[in-house]
Amino acid sequence: MLKFVVPLIAFGLLVGVFIKGLDPERDLKKLPSPFLGKEAPHFDLPRLKVPNERISNQAYDGEVAIVNFWATWCVGCRQEHGFLMELSRTSDVPIYGIDWRDQREPALQWLSQLGDPYVASGFDADSVTGINWGVYGAPETFLIGKDGRVLLKHLGPLSRDAWENDFLPAIAAAEGNQP
Amino acid sequence: MSRLFLGVIFLLVGWSVWAIDTGRAFEDDEMQARYVEIISEVRCVQCQNQTIKDSNVQIASDLRREIRRLLSEGKTNAQVFEFLVQRYGDFVLYRPPMSGFSLLLWIAPGLFLLIGGIVAARVISKRMTMPLDVDDDEIDQVAS
Amino acid sequence: MIPEVGHFALILALALSICQCALPLLGAHRNDQAMMGVARPAAVGQFVFIAISFGCLTWSFLQSDFSVLYVASHSQLSLPTAYKISAVWGAHEGSLLLWVLLLAGWTVLVCRYSSELPEKFSARVIAVMGGLSFGFLLFTLLTSNPFERLLPAAADGADLNPLLQDPGLAIHPPILYIGYVGFSVAFAFAIAAMISGDLDQKWARWTRPWTTSAWLFLTVGIALGSWWAYYELGWGGWWFWDPVENASFMPWLIGTALIHSLAVTEKRGLFKSWTLLLAISAFSLSLLGTFLVRSGILISVHSFAVDPERGLFILAFLGIVIGGALVLYAWRAPSMDSEAGFRPVSRETFLVLNNVLLVIATALILGGTLAPLFVELLDGSKISVGPPYFEIAFAIPMVPLVLLMAIGMHTAWRNQAPKALVNKLRLPAMVAVVVGILIPLIFYGGTSVMLAVGAIAAIWVMLASVIDPIRSWKRGAGSVALTRGAIGMSVAHFGVGFFVLGVTVVSAFTVEADRNLRIGDRENVAGYEFELRGLKNTTGPNYQALEGEVDIYKDGDFIGQVRPQKRTYLVQKSPMTEAGIDAGWNRDLFVALGDPLGNDAWSVRLQYKPLIRFIWLGAFIMALGGLIAASDRRYRLTATQKESVRIQQGEPA
Repeated sequence: MLKFVVPLIAFGLLVGVFIKGLDPERDLKKLPSPFLGKEAPHFDLPRLKVPNERISNQAYDGEVAIVNFWATWCVGCRQEHGFLMELSRTSDVPIYGIDWRDQREPALQWLSQLGDPYVASGFDADSVTGINWGVYGAPETFLIGKDGRVLLKHLGPLSRDAWENDFLPAIAAAEGNQP
Repeated sequence: MSRLFLGVIFLLVGWSVWAIDTGRAFEDDEMQARYVEIISEVRCVQCQNQTIKDSNVQIASDLRREIRRLLSEGKTNAQVFEFLVQRYGDFVLYRPPMSGFSLLLWIAPGLFLLIGGIVAARVISKRMTMPLDVDDDEIDQVAS
Repeated sequence: MIPEVGHFALILALALSICQCALPLLGAHRNDQAMMGVARPAAVGQFVFIAISFGCLTWSFLQSDFSVLYVASHSQLSLPTAYKISAVWGAHEGSLLLWVLLLAGWTVLVCRYSSELPEKFSARVIAVMGGLSFGFLLFTLLTSNPFERLLPAAADGADLNPLLQDPGLAIHPPILYIGYVGFSVAFAFAIAAMISGDLDQKWARWTRPWTTSAWLFLTVGIALGSWWAYYELGWGGWWFWDPVENASFMPWLIGTALIHSLAVTEKRGLFKSWTLLLAISAFSLSLLGTFLVRSGILISVHSFAVDPERGLFILAFLGIVIGGALVLYAWRAPSMDSEAGFRPVSRETFLVLNNVLLVIATALILGGTLAPLFVELLDGSKISVGPPYFEIAFAIPMVPLVLLMAIGMHTAWRNQAPKALVNKLRLPAMVAVVVGILIPLIFYGGTSVMLAVGAIAAIWVMLASVIDPIRSWKRGAGSVALTRGAIGMSVAHFGVGFFVLGVTVVSAFTVEADRNLRIGDRENVAGYEFELRGLKNTTGPNYQALEGEVDIYKDGDFIGQVRPQKRTYLVQKSPMTEAGIDAGWNRDLFVALGDPLGNDAWSVRLQYKPLIRFIWLGAFIMALGGLIAASDRRYRLTATQKESVRIQQGEPA
């Protein structure tokens, strides 16, 4: 009778699911951003280097931009810093930084010692902006389109691979949509 | 490699951060109860599997602070959850959403009870007409 | 040298496991005595070699041999000796070795206590267990060798995870594994029955004590895990529906269903194919648990190794073992029919309901645990399923189960006159309703619908469980001397009621408060006063700690002092909270240090947890009931002796 084969079939399906679940590409820690394809969150912060001035998302209104959350206590940020410096020289896309949950002095030192790839950095001491962007672990890098939508979110140090395979095509597509 | 349960770093960014976070959050009993109820259902997105009520990592206490702010602004529980989901996705709530695939999760208990009830009823009604005095095996099994 | 001996012993065990599996199976098929006779010696030999291997690993830990990678990763010179021993099973490789050792141990027990089983049957059972052992040994040797060398040797080890440096680690995993692995016996019995095509009441009688024994260890193992989490993790919870916790709970639920289904099969020869499926499922869920914990497929605080490659191996093993069993099932089950019947009001009916509800509970937990995986594979989005879901989902089948349990145990087989049942249970029911509403009101000052339902159900079950024992004890009219099986059942069911009472009261009346305390401050929580007397630095063998002294008063009387600590372990440098607990049979007072606030003030979490000990006590009582039931004489006597016992004592439970 058919009903006795049901457990076997159900088990087979379960094993299939598990095989897919074991895919090494899967990263349990990566949370997809709910902002993908939607308008990026706003921010309005004091500037890191010039505390009485402010920086906000208005700064990159209408252009493709990168927003990078970083901090001096973050090991991955140090790892990606060199690459960010390179990008700031070679790429047309402006990089805006948000110094997340950090302290001003060490942050300024960091930038002067290692170089400053950012057009400007906002200082988000208490993570209100971080939470508004759904940030939970530095570094996190967002690619914003001309219309202010989030095109990409990259968690962890920005690698050349990710830049070439994910960011460049997305940037090209965004730039291609000239009015 | 064994995994550490409590957070990764003890950030002592300043004692003021901790002071805000401790003691009763709200004087009002009802608000306090709502607060505790909410933070018991919010996941610490950085931790292995903990609520922000029980985790001491930075992001947990930041989220608790935001929730206190929202509650004191008069937001409802639903609005607080909405705020979090907007930013972190459904993952941040331990209560699965009642939409999409996870709606099945919420239907399941009732559905399974229904199916179980039908199965039980069928078994019982089949057996109630069968003889009571049979209990030793009388059917020869296929011997191999 | 010793690690190499240990490694070699495992290889020998692997070779023996092949013999133990292949030869008796072949022998049973061909009726070859010599081949079947290989089973027992092979099993004993395998156990000896695995024990040697385990001994070598333990020796390496005791000698702090940091040229062994596993030892260097999980031990340290200043680690207390007791933890050096328990560190053996503190991580993936060693715990696998423990698993394999216990599997060999159960096999040896089966060899010892199977003299009355037909030769072919026991040969097949031992062979199946040999096959399981082969799979695990292969996995260990190929992917998880605990004897791998670290050269050059480390000067000092990386220390055992501080959370594991606790007596809980010494007992929780071994006992839990004894339970997990023990279900392999019922599994092997099922396979043997399916191969031969013979499944009868005798088979059920043989299988029952093995199943009950494994179940009771699993019960204690899970309870110990819960208790350990409670006092060690510092936040006062005792169950979090974490995937690994669920992985241990599902075999328990199905094991419980299996015990009850076996009762029907033994008594009436009914539900044979269903019992078979349950026997397969219980161990399958154990294996599934192993997979979930060690493959990194789900996020959990308990996860061992995050290694998809190991995961694939375990999955393949799972596929072969469970898939094979289910193929056998699809082949044999259709012919296992029975013509026996029962009336709607009968013990059989209640046992059907028992099984249905337990399976529903298991399915809901499985679904909730795997849902995040399914959703992620479907559309990449991530959801979480945690206590807000599980608590509701689990309660839905469980509340009816607990309520029906009280009635079912008094219902006769085949046909029960409803009137007699009502007469017997009317008084306990009324008492339960009254007491269930009054106790919370009087002792804890409140009630609610959920609370009343829980309390009534708990009292109802406890009262119902003691009716027959009390009558029997008083040698009242109409009572027969109770068999151990019947006593065990009463005790175990009483334990369930006890457990439910604990859960209900602690869930409803826990008081938790975060407070700021300076030295000399007192805070009042739930009628108890907590005073921070002082803070001092102390050191342990491998940690430094800040220890608080908190005095507790009630109505002005001094109750006790607790010493919560914040520890920093020297090697791993991770901070750990040790709660200070004042334990009592009817309540726990739980104090955990939070963080320094400056100005000599500290944030402290204070909790009042009424009847929380009933949770674990209830579980231990359940296990005790299982122990009593498993030792029933009818499992230990020969066929003719059994007949006379049966006539004397009335029918088995």
